[in-house]
Amino acid sequence: MADGSTMVVGASATTPPAPRQGGTMKRLARRRSMAALALCAPLIALIICLKIYPTFYAIFLSMLDRKMNHFVGLDNFAYLLGRPSFHLVIFQSCLFAVTAVVMKAIIGFILAHLMHNIRGSSQRIWRGLLLVPWVIPLSLSTLTWWWLFDPSYSAFNWTLSWLGLPEVPFLGTVWNARISVIMVNTWFGAPFFMIMYLAALKSVPEQLYEAAAIDGASAWQRLIFITLPMMRNIILITVLYSLIVTFADFDIVRILTNGGPQDGTHLFATYAFAVGIQSGNIPRGASVSLFMFPVLATLAFFVLRDVLNRNKEVAT
Amino acid sequence: MSGATAAAGGPVPRKKSKVGSLERQQRISIRSSYAALSIFVVIFLVPPFYMVMTALKSSAEISAQQGNPWIVQSPTMENFIQLATDASFQRYFINSVWVTAMVVIISMAIAILAAFSLSRMGFKGAQVLSTGVFLTYLVPPSLLFIPLFQIVGTLGLINNTWVLVLLFPTLAVPFCTWIMIGYFNSIPKELDEAALIDGATYPQILVKIFIPVALPGIIAATIFAFTVAWGGFLYPLAYLYSADQATLTVGIVRELIKGDVFAWGMIMAACVMAAAPPIIVYTFLMDYYVAGLTAGATKG
Amino acid sequence: MANVSIRKVVKSYEGDVQAVKGIDLEIEDHEFVVLVGPSGCGKSTTLRMIAGLEEITAGEIWIGGDVVNDVPPRDRDIAMVFQNYALYPHMSVFDNMAFGLKLRKFPKDEIKRLVDDAAKMLDIQMLLDRKPKALSGGQRQRVAMGRAIVRNPKVFLFDEPLSNLDAKLRVQMRTEIKKVHQLVPTTTVYVTHDQIEAMTLADRVVVMNHGVIEQVGAPQELYHNPQTRFVAGFIGSPAMNFLPVQVVDDSGLKVQLADGTKMAIPPERVDRYGPYKGKKMTLGIRPEHMTETHESEKPGVQLMNAKVDVVEPMGMETLVHHFVDGVAVCSRVDPNTKCRPGEILPLAIDMNNMHLVEDSSSRVV
Repeated sequence: MADGSTMVVGASATTPPAPRQGGTMKRLARRRSMAALALCAPLIALIICLKIYPTFYAIFLSMLDRKMNHFVGLDNFAYLLGRPSFHLVIFQSCLFAVTAVVMKAIIGFILAHLMHNIRGSSQRIWRGLLLVPWVIPLSLSTLTWWWLFDPSYSAFNWTLSWLGLPEVPFLGTVWNARISVIMVNTWFGAPFFMIMYLAALKSVPEQLYEAAAIDGASAWQRLIFITLPMMRNIILITVLYSLIVTFADFDIVRILTNGGPQDGTHLFATYAFAVGIQSGNIPRGASVSLFMFPVLATLAFFVLRDVLNRNKEVAT
Repeated sequence: MSGATAAAGGPVPRKKSKVGSLERQQRISIRSSYAALSIFVVIFLVPPFYMVMTALKSSAEISAQQGNPWIVQSPTMENFIQLATDASFQRYFINSVWVTAMVVIISMAIAILAAFSLSRMGFKGAQVLSTGVFLTYLVPPSLLFIPLFQIVGTLGLINNTWVLVLLFPTLAVPFCTWIMIGYFNSIPKELDEAALIDGATYPQILVKIFIPVALPGIIAATIFAFTVAWGGFLYPLAYLYSADQATLTVGIVRELIKGDVFAWGMIMAACVMAAAPPIIVYTFLMDYYVAGLTAGATKG
Repeated sequence: MANVSIRKVVKSYEGDVQAVKGIDLEIEDHEFVVLVGPSGCGKSTTLRMIAGLEEITAGEIWIGGDVVNDVPPRDRDIAMVFQNYALYPHMSVFDNMAFGLKLRKFPKDEIKRLVDDAAKMLDIQMLLDRKPKALSGGQRQRVAMGRAIVRNPKVFLFDEPLSNLDAKLRVQMRTEIKKVHQLVPTTTVYVTHDQIEAMTLADRVVVMNHGVIEQVGAPQELYHNPQTRFVAGFIGSPAMNFLPVQVVDDSGLKVQLADGTKMAIPPERVDRYGPYKGKKMTLGIRPEHMTETHESEKPGVQLMNAKVDVVEPMGMETLVHHFVDGVAVCSRVDPNTKCRPGEILPLAIDMNNMHLVEDSSSRVV
């Protein structure tokens, strides 16, 4: 609308018989854009005060010593990079995010297709049941998982021995615990993938499949040549978005293992919590969080690009 | 078709010469889909099922470890009654309700106003702001919780539920705004023009046209804000340390689990009660819930 | 009720794109004026400037004696019917029609009376409780008109109101709109791309092209005396045939096609076309003036043999497509005329209705 005001200036210049013109319209346009800005003010304030400022504040904090009196430059980062336990955090964060997202994407894809096969009102019911893991607050369902994994009361182990199989210490060894947290995250996140893929599947025009069937494409070929290319963008957005959320996950590890055993399951978020809040070393905790930043920024860049692309497609 | 159905449909083409082979193929594919889905549903519902089962058990039954743990032998409401009359649990519940209500109201107010402005009124830099909103939506809570700890400490809000009223909107508002922009953009421009000509002012257009027409979007966004506030765990855990300020999630995870002897029946009963509101909302408003989930990629 | 005058109005967008390039138009009180032209000709922009939905870059628009350039739409006392109806989806038909009145704080019983009156006129009384979703296209169109009528505004604006309807309904609603205007003779500006709609509805038709007004006139006048090649080609369906010719003097003034065929210009037009002797011009002749031959032809009719290419029977007439001098032309013949593709059909060309276009200015002389 700012352009509107300049246009009116031009107008009053070219039409001398209208001296009173331009003024009010210009003022109206300016007032409207001021009002528009005012309506966005709370949003802008929120973004600046509670997102942008804390980001820079985090960078500042990460360069202080433990007592927050002295500037120590990049010492915190250097210290962390020299610690074997932090190497484990980096490793586990990547392993956790990549494995869990791949699992969620595959299971979500299978589920979406199964759901797409069944039409009509029953689809709603199945969808409703399958979304339940996503609906229960994660911290509460994780607590249930913990109870299911409990060393002495585990219902899973009861089932295993009932089947004549050896019991498993789900959270007792590093690798078991790593697999367990990935499992819980997959359980929690797969429904989200299913819903996204199902929405994408529904948006593929049925005629395309009919045309392909007439052209002699098998079910497999239809999947490869029609479904996947048509869903490509949604798959990308969902995977990238989920990578961000999973990489920065906190609840599951915090409740299930609290980083153990032997710091083998710590993620950046839980480690930052342990260092920054629990041990009270705020600067070092901030540095731990900041290690996520480059990864998250890269992922966010690609999400944004794909979402904007997609909007362009939708618009045309 | 998925791997499972493709495999099931595998032998079918050979019978193609028989009458109705296409229909038959479809029938087999649908039946195998149901079978596969049933297996998934069973797996997915194990934890909630076990949550409810444990909640119905008495402590004695749990510690006895007799028989099948999956099934409750002598169901009792004891755990629920005890929680419902427990002052601190009531406190968590009230805290959660109050925080959630405030967060939903604040977030929706900010989001609707901003979305209306960005979708219809426009100003210099509106495009940048829209993009910025989407980017902030991608900032996870665990990235900034430490500097925020310092900031809310300076504001004197540590161990005060107001801190959640202040901070949860940072998680809810970007996505709610994003959804609302999408819904508002889908309202044809002629509708506001008709209202303008009919004599409506911008506030009237927002209240009388946009909000009622975009009601599905508003419900979806409200549900999102509700889930963020109700289920949030990291912020209350980091910023609220005393039991009387705790919300349900931290209250249950931190306060109910004391010592080595876990009162698992009661913990699970608390989980059931805390999970009930989202489940109820979800049961009645599933379509809006799903619309909100998929809105990020399909709208806006 | 009011007149509308548009004076030297310009609309330009960023990047110096001019949608409307300084148009002048006087619309009388009670008049029904149709703006017609191809898409992108500036007709909708003009209408939206009258409505106040677009800012006026330069020039002035007057409604009922006031300059309205700076007046917001709600204070211009106008009503508009949109192409997609723009009914408020969450309101009943009654509320849709009452919305403008409620905003203007009319008393409740007054609103009810006005809405009921308008509903009766449009025959939608039984729909008042329904939501727009439950209405057919034609019913929505009526409601949109009802919403405009109840307010009894100074000016009605219609923006392609019938384009979303199917062909049959469009004809029906066209009549309906005309009837309403006869009952409520509010000044009306109506935008359409359909020249038949323009011809049937308008008191005066304004033909626009590329942001300028090509011609203003009563429907018959535009049809018989188009002033520009654009108007000649735009008005009338099927469109006028155009043939490149040269004006020659060969025992009387004649037009000569490139293949040498000469056709005499009727004597009463000799003076008019005399000055163009020797010039290359374009001959315009409507399909209905190229017909089958009759036993006795009136003076000024030229005969010609055409090799039939495609025949399109329309019922009350038959369109014959053929080539004259390598140019595809269309003739309108009596449906009883026997003709088949490939056959030779003798045609009578009524030169009394010829048009001659000067190529350099595109004006009809």
